[in-house]
Amino acid sequence: MDVIKTKGVTKIYNPDKIPVYALNGVDLLIEEGEFTAIVGPSGSGKTTLLNIIGGLDRPSGGAVMVHGQNIAELSDNQLIDFRKDYIGFVFQAYNLIPVLTAQENVEFVMLLQKRSKTERQQRVAELMDAVGLSDKMDRRPSELSGGQQQRVAVARALAPKPTFILADEPTANLDSKSTENLLDIMTRLNKEENMTFVFSTHDQRVIDRARRVVTLVDGEISKDERRD
Amino acid sequence: MVTKLAWRNIWRNKRRTWITMASILFAVLFGSFMEALQQGAWGNMINNVVNFYMGYGQIHQKGYWDEQVIDKAFTLSPQQLQEIEAIEEIQGVVPRIESFGLVSTTGMTRGALVVGIDPALEQSLTKLEDRIVAGAYLEKADKSVLVAEGLAKILKLGVQDTLVIISQGYHGVNAAGKYLIKGIVKFGSPELNKQMVYLPLPVAQQFYGAEGLLTSIALKIEDQDDIDAGLAAIGEVLDTSAYEIMKWDALLPDLVQAKSLDSAGNYIVYFILYSIIAFGIFGTILMMTKEREYEFGILIGIGMRRFRLSAIVWLEIVLLGMLGALMGIVVSTPIVWYFNKNPMRFSGNYADLLEKFGFEPIFPTAFDPKIFVTQALIIFIMTVLLALYPWFKIRRLKPVEAMRD
Repeated sequence: MDVIKTKGVTKIYNPDKIPVYALNGVDLLIEEGEFTAIVGPSGSGKTTLLNIIGGLDRPSGGAVMVHGQNIAELSDNQLIDFRKDYIGFVFQAYNLIPVLTAQENVEFVMLLQKRSKTERQQRVAELMDAVGLSDKMDRRPSELSGGQQQRVAVARALAPKPTFILADEPTANLDSKSTENLLDIMTRLNKEENMTFVFSTHDQRVIDRARRVVTLVDGEISKDERRD
Repeated sequence: MVTKLAWRNIWRNKRRTWITMASILFAVLFGSFMEALQQGAWGNMINNVVNFYMGYGQIHQKGYWDEQVIDKAFTLSPQQLQEIEAIEEIQGVVPRIESFGLVSTTGMTRGALVVGIDPALEQSLTKLEDRIVAGAYLEKADKSVLVAEGLAKILKLGVQDTLVIISQGYHGVNAAGKYLIKGIVKFGSPELNKQMVYLPLPVAQQFYGAEGLLTSIALKIEDQDDIDAGLAAIGEVLDTSAYEIMKWDALLPDLVQAKSLDSAGNYIVYFILYSIIAFGIFGTILMMTKEREYEFGILIGIGMRRFRLSAIVWLEIVLLGMLGALMGIVVSTPIVWYFNKNPMRFSGNYADLLEKFGFEPIFPTAFDPKIFVTQALIIFIMTVLLALYPWFKIRRLKPVEAMRD
């Protein structure tokens, strides 16, 4: 089943002055349960593509279909709700809310979804257990290591039960042990829960674990390799 | 969690929070102190002027104030007087009969304001006895007079000398009398010092041929907040188509005008003060918004609607404003109270001038809760309005750009 489908997606920065083509007609199909790494040199358009797929940015042209819905046509509020309900984000800099505890960070999006307190608490407990941080529930981000923060970010991304997770350079700030640990968690979730993951990365360790590697060069897909 | 998030965000940068709250606190403090000082100074001035002669209210026959002639003298029944005296807000009634006359001694005549007073009641309002510089104060049964010091000097008269008074009495009768001077009173105002002559009320009524009649009743009201209620209660006792019940501001329009002019000048000072404060608070909000753009980008990115996020940020600033304003009230209250009980004192020439007029040269602050609440409310509303800035910023925020920054 198609989860993400892009058709001729372009992104041009400064179209009226000196146009910069970040994406140049990207056609990509990602199916449910894929573990895909988008790779390429700096400036190739990886993050831009991820932002557009995640509805954080709008394309200059083309269509982005998520579960058959062209998200480029959604209003700002619809897009925000769409991200909240369908997409989990894991950012390079973790991006946890500093004043909330690990538990509250994970719970936060569910609160926006107006889930019941019981459901929220149950889900938080499950996810914190899944990322191995059950004993760090009450810690604030500043009291956690980088690896632990990124695991909380993964738990937060999974909390709203999204249909896929977008992770932008998730291991860029982590040491080897934390990277392995995080990848183990993601691989397990992918296998056990059939969760779809799309990464942008430079990290060879992530690329090695990916079952599909899409290479972007100058805003175009130059290679699409499946490793089934 | 929205409130929890807002509250925790407030304390996230403690130094910034304390600086912002301190700026709001000082704004409330300065505003309250200035207002209390201005109101206190004017209250003191009005109190001095009013208690100097007028009283906070007066009763006359209808039309007397526009045409102050003895023919517009009036009388009140003992029952009416009793009912007025019984009004809770009125602490005393001071009856007078007054008109202009000529005062003479051998070879010299001058114009004078000849006033009939009840010595004890007059003392209770205007403290006339305290102005005696020679001789003694009047007794109710006396047939003698008090003369202002300047007038006595012009006429070359002293205590125990005789003064002749000539005037036009009630309904045109000739008024003439010869009186022994019992005391000399001194007024700071040269104008009053050259024209005042006091007689006991029955003697003056007899002099004017107006037995039992008065031209005015001054009202002693100790609490300024009671004036309106007191005068309204008198309106219930008296027929207002026959009598005029006037408040001090109608009796002393020049004083009211001077106060209004002073207040208008102060509005400019307030405007400058509030502008400085507003820029200070806005600077903090601007800094805070800029600092947190990245976080706003994340929150919108993970699915928080802009409206809700704006509400949290607005709530944070409003909470800050509320805390600052409350702290401002808490700090202002004892300071204003202290200067109310221990007023600042004038010194030098201005103090001498005030003392010459018989006024104590002090500058008390008004201790009125309305002042603190109003100032706190003004600063709080200002903060609430300034807190709208993040709404505009968040409305236009692009998550990708915010997160990239």
